Amino acid sequence: MMTDTQPCNVGLFVTCLVDLMRPSVGFAALRLLERAGAQVVAPNTQTCCGQPAYNSGDFSNAREIAKDVIEAFESFEHVVAPSGSCAGMIRGQYPELFKDDSTWFPRAQNLASRTFELCEYLDKYLDLSEPLASFNHTITYHDSCASRREMGVVDQPRKLLGAVDGLELKELADTETCCGFGGLFSIKFAELSDTIANTKVDLIKNTKAEVLVGGDLGCLMKQAGQLKDQKSKVRVYHIAEILAGMADEPGVEGNNA
Amino acid sequence: MTLFSQPNPQCHDFLNGAHDALANDRLQKQLAKSLKDGFQKKRLKGMSRLPEYEQLRDRARDIKIHTLENLDLYLEQFETQVINAGGQVHWAKDDGEACQIILDICDGVKAKTVTKGKSMITEEIGLNAQLKAQGIVPIETDLGEYIIQLRDEPPSHIIAPAFHISKEQVADTFRQHHADQKRDRDLSEPTTLVHEARTELRAKFLSADVGITGANFLIAESGTGVIVTNEGNGDLTQSLPSVHIAVGSIEKIVPTLEDADTLLRLLARTATGQELSVYTTFFSGAKRTTDMDGPEQFHLVLLDNRRSDLLGGPLHDVLRCIRCGACINHCPIYGKVSGHAYGWVYPGPIGSILTPHFVGVDEAHLLPNACTMCGRCEEVCPVRIALPKLLRIWRGRAFEAGYPAGLQRLALKIWAALAKRAGLYRWMARLSVFGLRLLGPLRPYHLPKPQGGTFMDRYNGGEK
Repeated sequence: MMTDTQPCNVGLFVTCLVDLMRPSVGFAALRLLERAGAQVVAPNTQTCCGQPAYNSGDFSNAREIAKDVIEAFESFEHVVAPSGSCAGMIRGQYPELFKDDSTWFPRAQNLASRTFELCEYLDKYLDLSEPLASFNHTITYHDSCASRREMGVVDQPRKLLGAVDGLELKELADTETCCGFGGLFSIKFAELSDTIANTKVDLIKNTKAEVLVGGDLGCLMKQAGQLKDQKSKVRVYHIAEILAGMADEPGVEGNNA
Repeated sequence: MTLFSQPNPQCHDFLNGAHDALANDRLQKQLAKSLKDGFQKKRLKGMSRLPEYEQLRDRARDIKIHTLENLDLYLEQFETQVINAGGQVHWAKDDGEACQIILDICDGVKAKTVTKGKSMITEEIGLNAQLKAQGIVPIETDLGEYIIQLRDEPPSHIIAPAFHISKEQVADTFRQHHADQKRDRDLSEPTTLVHEARTELRAKFLSADVGITGANFLIAESGTGVIVTNEGNGDLTQSLPSVHIAVGSIEKIVPTLEDADTLLRLLARTATGQELSVYTTFFSGAKRTTDMDGPEQFHLVLLDNRRSDLLGGPLHDVLRCIRCGACINHCPIYGKVSGHAYGWVYPGPIGSILTPHFVGVDEAHLLPNACTMCGRCEEVCPVRIALPKLLRIWRGRAFEAGYPAGLQRLALKIWAALAKRAGLYRWMARLSVFGLRLLGPLRPYHLPKPQGGTFMDRYNGGEK
């Protein structure tokens, strides 16, 4: 039941955070992609997209890591990541990293042209005439800066969430403002990162939503931490978990702490 | 002998500056109010009244690109036209040379006081300190600049230098410095404060020997400088004294009046949401015999201060900047730490690109790193500068220079070594998940308890 050309051969870029912290997001992505008709493989040679090195200015290590990713995903027709940030790194930054390298630049560009953020991809290929799942809660949605600005993913997650039975979306105010995560920024500038996140958490609480949903686990972990600090009852899930009907797991930094 | 006059940088102290700002409740309230409800909303409103806003941005970007590609030609044309209009052009290689030129002009007319229009470029060259050292009294005439001059503080924002200060603080400052006035006067209303500053400044405008302004644009075809103000103080500064010195950096050049007009339509809208600033002042040369008024002498100090080093290099695009402040107004970091934490003249995203160039990466390596790479600055930049890309170039240079150092660098190296070896990485990932789960509430940085097992292990184990 495709709405676009048939996807067949998809490489799942799991992302290092999902691999380490929340495998259920990876499994949810897997189910959703299969539901969209794809044959999905998560190649075993993947580690990370290299952003910690890249954003720290260590371009030489970032290049080495990027080469591994390019090789690991060379054989897939499409590459999908459950993260705007990692997909943005591959699509937007890999070609930039290799702009002076005539061997790797075309390979980086080629991978970039095949890489998608999960919601962007599902929006293309998933049949939304039937409900995807059921989730009887009010939620609010956090747009990650990378999804919103680097990938241009804004409408797609909302459209997908619209195909979940019982779900009510209450939009967050000031949704174009960063949540303060910023990868290693949240460690190097922890106090600042917490303060920015607290402002976001106030806005989340203002929506009176029961659940915070987003497409980037980094942002979600940051906000889950601050929500917990503020003794909030708001639960936090990755959008893949909601869409795949897998939100019966405890939320990010929920009662599993 | 050249002076070294640029202000002493405190960028290395960013973390302490940020900490102090975060602990200052009054400042936090002020920032939230002035940025989110102020500048950001006003920009949106200004944009919404101009359907061709996006096309105008493209046009502005293209004007800047073209001008920078032909900068030498336009600079020479500008010089010729200033001379034709009866002015003098002084080429200043750096901050020290610029200050020396200005001091010499002041000396030539035995200046005792100079009035100043708001100008970031004179902050960059540290002019006020040099004037004072020569016994010349500089008087800032922009209200914000006047307030911070009384308080002996640097500006915290490039277009709203005193926006970190509340009206109550301004009242206290005025009580302290305007000693002739009644101590118990009512200063609770902003209009009263403005009236008082205006009264104080009026006499100073009339008695100043030299007026110094910056320049928002320098128009090559006519040798005309342009300044925008909302108070008209720039006009009084440049037309009342017998000498007007305008200081402009080389990238302020635009080819034609029409180009300046295009950029002016964007500048105020992007900065404050105004269609135009209240005053837009064009000045060309000295007073002519037929003019009613104006300065007897007009000097234009054209400052390079290593901007030409940026031309054609990786940071070239930063020279497109028209100093509207939009990147600053929308930066989540600036929105919490305000301007002083950045430790030098230019704060926010644009400052974090310019400052390392001016003060060196050893001093300023934290600035380009104090950023979440959210990309909002690029989104709002009227001349479409890819600020995050330029910030990342500085991160690369900082890394090459050894920053971050110590443990942070070691951790990064170990992580990168693992990330390049998938087999070893799997083992370490397994261990980390185990360790983090064991650590319980001792987990650092709000790391949640990992769900258990790594995805790759569970996936390879056949889980679906």
